[in-house]
Amino acid sequence: MEKEIHFKIKRQQGPDAQPYWEEFKMPYAPSHNVVSALMYLREHPTNTRGEKVDPVVWDCNCMEEVCGACAMIVNGEPRQACAALIDDLEQPIELEPLTKFPLVRDLMVDRQKMFDALQQVKAWIKVDGSWDIHRHAPLVSPKVQDIRYLFSRCMTCGCCMEACPQFHEGSSFVGPAPLGQVLLHNSHPAGEYDKEERLHAVMGDGGITDCGNAQNCVKVCPKDIPLTDAIARLGRQTTAQWLRDLFTN
Amino acid sequence: MATKPKVIVVGGGLGGLWATLRIAESGFPVDLFSLFPVKRSHSCCAQGGINAVLDVKGQRDSIWQHVVDTIKGGDYLAQQPPIKNLCEAAPGIIRTYDRMGVTFSRTPEGSMDQRLFGGVKNRRTAFAGATTGQQLLYAADEQVRAFEAEGKVKKYEEWEFLSVVLDDEGTCRGITAMNLVDMKVHAFRADAVILGTGGLGLIFGRSTMSTNSTGAAASRVYQQGARFANGEFIQFHPTAMKGHDKNRLMSEACRGEGGRIWVPKTAGDTRAPNDIPEDERFFFLEEWYPAYGNTVPRDVASRAIYRVTRHMGLGLGGEDVVYLDLTHHPREFLEKRLGGILDMYQTFSGEDPYTQPIKIFPSTHYSMGGILVGYEKDGETGGMVPVHPKNHASTIGGLFACGECDSAYHGANRLGANSLLSATFSGIVAGDASVAHVKGIKKRADDTADAAYDNEKKRQDDINRKLTSPTGKENPFALHHELGELMQGHVFVERDNKGLDQAIEGLKKLRERSQSMCLDDNGTWSNQSLSWARQIQDMIVLAEVIAKGARLRDECRGSHYKAEFELKIPEGKFEGDPEFEEYKAKWKANNDKWLKATIATHADDGPEIEFKQIDTSVLPPEKPRDYR
Ligand SMILES: Cc1cc2nc3c(=O)[nH]c(=O)nc-3n(C[C@H](O)[C@H](O)[C@H](O)COP(=O)(O)OP(=O)(O)OC[C@H]3O[C@@H](n4cnc5c(N)ncnc54)[C@H](O)[C@@H]3O)c2cc1C
Ligand code: SF4
Ligand code: SF4
Repeated sequence: MEKEIHFKIKRQQGPDAQPYWEEFKMPYAPSHNVVSALMYLREHPTNTRGEKVDPVVWDCNCMEEVCGACAMIVNGEPRQACAALIDDLEQPIELEPLTKFPLVRDLMVDRQKMFDALQQVKAWIKVDGSWDIHRHAPLVSPKVQDIRYLFSRCMTCGCCMEACPQFHEGSSFVGPAPLGQVLLHNSHPAGEYDKEERLHAVMGDGGITDCGNAQNCVKVCPKDIPLTDAIARLGRQTTAQWLRDLFTN
Repeated sequence: MATKPKVIVVGGGLGGLWATLRIAESGFPVDLFSLFPVKRSHSCCAQGGINAVLDVKGQRDSIWQHVVDTIKGGDYLAQQPPIKNLCEAAPGIIRTYDRMGVTFSRTPEGSMDQRLFGGVKNRRTAFAGATTGQQLLYAADEQVRAFEAEGKVKKYEEWEFLSVVLDDEGTCRGITAMNLVDMKVHAFRADAVILGTGGLGLIFGRSTMSTNSTGAAASRVYQQGARFANGEFIQFHPTAMKGHDKNRLMSEACRGEGGRIWVPKTAGDTRAPNDIPEDERFFFLEEWYPAYGNTVPRDVASRAIYRVTRHMGLGLGGEDVVYLDLTHHPREFLEKRLGGILDMYQTFSGEDPYTQPIKIFPSTHYSMGGILVGYEKDGETGGMVPVHPKNHASTIGGLFACGECDSAYHGANRLGANSLLSATFSGIVAGDASVAHVKGIKKRADDTADAAYDNEKKRQDDINRKLTSPTGKENPFALHHELGELMQGHVFVERDNKGLDQAIEGLKKLRERSQSMCLDDNGTWSNQSLSWARQIQDMIVLAEVIAKGARLRDECRGSHYKAEFELKIPEGKFEGDPEFEEYKAKWKANNDKWLKATIATHADDGPEIEFKQIDTSVLPPEKPRDYR
């Protein structure tokens, strides 16, 4: 086993600064992951040239792969840094920030776009209020529930967005994750009432017709969310909706 | 025309989000502050479930039983009237979450399922797969986003709360916060402020909690005059997997499904676990507690593991680690019953829990104590008046607290699956209380002199300036390790007064050292070292509250254990036996002395502590807890 952990980290002091690569080495210990190693490095921020430098900036919160904060590119692949075990990675380990979102600093990016998209597709169930109405929601079959559960675990990490060739600065495609949320909310017995509104939100420019069906999104999703199934299903639903619109107008 | 009164909510976990919802629904504007997008808050970590009596399992479960379990679980230390409301509101809260689209696990007929959870007899815990907290958080997040889309909620994400702004009378009129991207401090006006900033596990170094759980925000308002209650009551979870970054919770279900806890009989045994024959393994829980074996309550298990490692030196490789062994079960069985948990272990340890025993140790998990909050008692029901400006109000006028950072409901120990409930419920109550408060205020934040805001902003700017112009050589991240070691060393699952004195001394020194730091980053753009340096200073102050409370409380109650003062139930004796009656008399005398909340007030040279009476009118402590 190697005695050291060797990192090559793509750094950038701010959005307008020039990016550069910096290397770090730290003592090996079993069961380190990328987040715990970055924690070590922020306490000992000396690069391989022996220079003391600003600690690397990155995002993380839960460290259990449920909050979605620590997504970055690890050895070329977008993934959660906390679940990237050092023992499983080839060294030097290359860390880069996600490229599809505005850079803040080093490995930290601003994924506001994804949260805006959730607003755009109205990813919520309309309720009369947050008070008790002494009734449950209509029953949900365990089958439907199982499918909904797959999608409800999306942690807005952005890995799928990073991998998707159709999602980039020049395109207005909302990206795979928000489409999964449309399906989630349309499949709730009360959420279904607003199905049309949500479908309309993804029908126009930037909607699902832009999807090249490359399946890249599914491959990188850390939660194995069947995004392309959702996209296919929404594709059928939007076509039907389009026809309905044609007749009603 | 005068603008509408505004409320600031700090924190977007379950507590903060529900407070935000209630205020927005009432038609008042809300500014919501969080360290990061609220959807990433620590609440997403909760796996197990949320308690509510739905009585869908044919067990004649009752709300009263939930009240009793909560009060007794907390060893009677919680103010009782609000617990009544908590348990009464729980079923409605679950129904509301259901309407909001939470993917609760279902029975074959499509209705809500409920499971059994620690410390109770009935199946009372609703759950959504293995990610209940995440699912509840997302539901609240989505509802808040709908209000945001209407312009009724304004989010300040990537902002750190630094302090409240107090006027001449000491009333809260707003906050200061730091933009974590450009590191600039701003002051904001508000007619009420609600803190929902979560737990404080990171004070113990690593815990099962997320990076947002430092307690720094609570410490800041404490240092500005808010009282802090029951700090010494920290729940330790017996079975966590230790990591370099955090301790990951291995659910109680592992023991429930037959997991056996053991260490090699001989210290220093270097053989691989599977090479150690059965008769050379020490199944200490089974040996010490034959009646319960491995399923003893959390606190008992934690202390036994502690004893085996720290007192007997039998931890694996001499370290703080013991085995939790499930390998005697077939793989299919484990996959079906514990798949989610074991997969997580595999992901993060790189080891196969189906063939190798899991390595665990107790970990800091939850803080029962927190910012002291009040309530208005309802003379008729014996509960809390549902909507009242005193509910969840801190001792600073205009400042409220909800969620894990408050001190309500859980007393000396929290029941499993009761805190997602209390975080939600307290958010509702605090939100409603803040609305009642702003409706009744005579003086508005807009009437407060600019000087109050300017001065507070200047005070915060000065702290930043001091930290970024090196005054010493202390590294803020290294200080955190030391803090963790001190707290785990002396203020952990087992405490004694000598160790606590050492802890208090050590913390004092740490506090002084934290005043002379040297950051490796003195920049003004997304400077995480600066933010952390500020937090570590405030964590140390709160650590002193925890340690001092523990030092003064000479008894065992709930999660707080000092061997010297343990009152043991006489073995084999029951009500009516003279030995038992004698024990009961001692227990009552102890309650007369110690059934009181610990209230800390900040002073420059450490906390000042007083004790406050508990309202036990709902369920007076007549009988000792007896789980035999
Ligand atoms: C591993 C684990 C499992 C658990 N499982 C369960 C369970 O099964 N059932 C159960 O009932 N409970 C469980 N709990 C406990 C429960 O999850 C928490 O008590 C609860 O979620 C806390 O919610 P909260 O709203 O108080 O705070 P959090 O969710 O911690 O949110 C805190 C918020 O405050 C913000 N914040 C903090 N400081 C600042 C600052 N200075 N400035 C601005 N914003 C700030 C953060 O950004 C965040 O939005 C578990 C806990 C852990 C650790
Ligand atoms: S299938 Fe569609 S959404 Fe997924 S990566 Fe390809 S283009 Fe993007
Ligand atoms: S769908 Fe998967 S990859 Fe995409 S944001 Fe959600 S969790 Fe991340």
